[in-house]
Amino acid sequence: MTYIPISPHERDEMLATVGVKSLDDLFTAIPAKHRFPKLDLPPAWTEMDALEELTNIANANENVRGDLISFLGAGMYNHYIPSVVDHMLRRGEFYTAYTPYQPEISQGTLQAVFEYQSLMAALTGMEVSNASHYDGATATAEAVNLAFAQYRGKRRKVVISPTVHPQYRAVIRTYTQGMDIQLVGDAADAELDSDPSDLLAHVDDNACLVIVQYPDFFGRVYDYTKFIDDVHAKGALVCVVANPTALAMFKTPASMGADIVVGDGQPLGIPMWFGGPSVGFFTTRKQYVHKMAGRLVGETVDSKGQRSYVLTLTAREQHIKRERATSNICTNQGLIALGTAVYLSLLGKSGLRQVAELCYQKAHYAANALSKINGYSLAHNEPFFHEFTLVCPKPVAEINAHLLEHGILGGYDLGQDYPSLANHMLVAVTEMNSKEEIDTLVEVLSEVDHG
Amino acid sequence: MVSASSTTSSPLSATIVEPTIFDLSSRGRVGVRMPESDVPAAEPPPQHLLRPELPLPELAEVDVVRHYMRLSKFNYSVDGGFYPLGSCTMKYNPKINEDVCRLPGFLFTHPLQPIETVQGNLALMYQLQEWLKEIAGFAAVTLQPAAGAHGEFTGVLMMRAYHKSRGDDKRVKMLIPDAAHGTNPASVGMMGMTVVTIPSDERGNVDLKALEAACDDTVVGMMLTNPNTLGLFDENIEKVIALVHGCGGLMYGDGANLNALLGIVRPGDLGFDVMHFNLHKTFAVPHGGGGPGVGPVGVAARLADFLPEPLVGILEEGDEDKDMPPLYGYMKPAKSIGRMKAFHGHFGGGFVRSFTYIAMHGPDGLKDIAQYAVLNANYLQARLRDTYHIPFDRICMHEFVAEGQFEGSDVRALDISKRLMDYNFHPPTNYFPLIVHEALMIEPTETENKDTLDAFAETMIKIAEEAKTNSAIVKSAPNNTQFGRMDEVKAARELVLCCWLPENYDLSA
Repeated sequence: MTYIPISPHERDEMLATVGVKSLDDLFTAIPAKHRFPKLDLPPAWTEMDALEELTNIANANENVRGDLISFLGAGMYNHYIPSVVDHMLRRGEFYTAYTPYQPEISQGTLQAVFEYQSLMAALTGMEVSNASHYDGATATAEAVNLAFAQYRGKRRKVVISPTVHPQYRAVIRTYTQGMDIQLVGDAADAELDSDPSDLLAHVDDNACLVIVQYPDFFGRVYDYTKFIDDVHAKGALVCVVANPTALAMFKTPASMGADIVVGDGQPLGIPMWFGGPSVGFFTTRKQYVHKMAGRLVGETVDSKGQRSYVLTLTAREQHIKRERATSNICTNQGLIALGTAVYLSLLGKSGLRQVAELCYQKAHYAANALSKINGYSLAHNEPFFHEFTLVCPKPVAEINAHLLEHGILGGYDLGQDYPSLANHMLVAVTEMNSKEEIDTLVEVLSEVDHG
Repeated sequence: MVSASSTTSSPLSATIVEPTIFDLSSRGRVGVRMPESDVPAAEPPPQHLLRPELPLPELAEVDVVRHYMRLSKFNYSVDGGFYPLGSCTMKYNPKINEDVCRLPGFLFTHPLQPIETVQGNLALMYQLQEWLKEIAGFAAVTLQPAAGAHGEFTGVLMMRAYHKSRGDDKRVKMLIPDAAHGTNPASVGMMGMTVVTIPSDERGNVDLKALEAACDDTVVGMMLTNPNTLGLFDENIEKVIALVHGCGGLMYGDGANLNALLGIVRPGDLGFDVMHFNLHKTFAVPHGGGGPGVGPVGVAARLADFLPEPLVGILEEGDEDKDMPPLYGYMKPAKSIGRMKAFHGHFGGGFVRSFTYIAMHGPDGLKDIAQYAVLNANYLQARLRDTYHIPFDRICMHEFVAEGQFEGSDVRALDISKRLMDYNFHPPTNYFPLIVHEALMIEPTETENKDTLDAFAETMIKIAEEAKTNSAIVKSAPNNTQFGRMDEVKAARELVLCCWLPENYDLSA
């Protein structure tokens, strides 16, 4: 009866009103032989038990705010989250509301999502943003759906750079299983000396979409302007998977001509939370808005002449179109999108630039120091933001095991996804890493016996 | 200079109740002071790669807090009142869950950490998989899907993969009752399968004759919500499943309505082959104003090899005598359909809260949930039966559907819903399921007391009276709320989807 506010005598009055004798009598429609199974679950915890047990479980982990120094990124980043963000998310008015189907009493959620859309459009430089997808990977998969629909299924090829996040590419493969669509471009083992323009060989008049990442999975920042021009000349759309923090410093994908800009909003004020929930942002040009999946909030006025907001273009959605809908999406990541909006509002123009600048400076300090250690070098000369690829003298797994003994969470082992990049570590550095931590990393690696 | 695109116009004549965060921006205000860099300055990136301006708002911390506080007050929420939104299970969200999901060990762990450093997280995920298997009667569970619709997509992909793995390539038809949620046909449409709609009979069950006629060797399976969206448990469920299995099809259960079945019946025992859970409905993960959801999927043994990767499993058994816990890690099912999203699913916001909720209920507490959810729905149905027509009137499960129209009155379901707002209630779900005229789908959940249910019933009866005697006040509702009815046509026609910094705002650093 943990959260049930009905007393035994109230229950009996209610049963009498219904016209049955007992609670069990409400379930006669259920096949008798399967009715009331005995569930093999532990007995109920009290709130005190729960707090103690969950604290023990959480403490069985080593976290990156005290237990470990982290240089691990690869799609999820350890950034500072100002206190205000969680205070706003803990407002019951926000977190215990449903999808804003009744706009008169949901203007808080609706305006916040409208602001989220506006902030993401401002950050990516695109014209429109939807109300969010599950994460960066699923947002990228929805870009495939958009492009496929845009060409009415007449172009059936999607070209994916091998330097798009491996898990994002895996999700696209899962999503398109039933679609009779060809995914090309990332089959070959990625060569670090390859150039985005190598992908153009795959782009022909059957291609509906080309997907690249910015910075790419190895950390490199390319100006895709010429590349996007070349893809457009062949009639395909371009989707750029972008790191949102990097966009505070580097030119926008919109300014390079991208048609769709997606990514994961986790770096914008959302805890890593062992991988989720985060939020997938999806921004595009206005001309594609009718093909875009997901919810959209639009501005309007109410009967009193007040500026207000509603879910709009709902005719695209599953509850109206059913099997003809381009996507089955029902929820967005409402609360996480709100967190992102609060974070961006709070940091604003100068704060987000400072975060990006700190990431850039510290990552470059680390890259410089690490590449001076005997046996280590940078794998690329291209500009990078807060993540770079380090060539190591030994398998990354061995090095990381050693680092862990010193309380350091090493970078991502690229050999897991790219067999030719065994001994290549993807190192991430954010504003959370002090100079002292970076120096410790350099020191521990310098001491390793590389014989 | 920023040029306002056509998506950013603002109606000049409208009254502004709360400015947007962009309207509130003032050049030079700072919300957060970040530390100075503690490393020697690096060479800046090449100039041609740099972004010239960043058009984000500038506000102080107090500006941001007051803005979002004011916005929060425009929302109706479960913490604020009764939210009988059918099919959404808007139950109370326990506060302890908010605390435990924010423990630092959960908040600040990276999904790609070595397994030795995240044994707490993995143990919690493993245990939650086991509990969900036990609660719903399945052989295996994936926690990865991000929401109910995502879980459905996962389930349908597995059904497809199962048939293909047997060389059974001609199965393209998915059977879906006319009462189904829109996500069901949409999930199937994404896969290029065809939907065959199965009608309901006069008692709200699947029409067995129509089902039998549709069952042949081209059927992938059937997607059934049970209890269905009328709130009714299908009285012929065993026959329905036998028919689908008889033609080689698989049975998909939409777990949206699982709240009514906890400790009452296990879908796996009835013969369902695959089902998604909505942890944000049944297991009290807050709805967050539209997400994040959490949509694990349970499967029978014959589908276990097709689950998405990774699952959490035991890599090395523990030893209780030596007080040594098992070693948990990731496993890839043999014929996995692949990955549904990056990383492991909605761990912090979803798994931790649901785990805590299940642990705090235990087997008897879970049964209480279902029993009282069903009692509350039947009590409201009984109190409204004489006033509102209930087209499928029998003992319901956790929700029921009434008709929101009256002879001789022009009041419709939507008007009743809007009028409820004047009395400080959230409306029921409108116009769904599609098979009931002017549907009002009412799901009270188990976390409402009798006083609230009585007050709601009396208000509904009063509105019915108003519909006959003073319909204008119902048609114009809501009358007492901050915001009135919205011009949805204008929103769709003008399509203003973003706002921007004010014209002429100085963007220089």
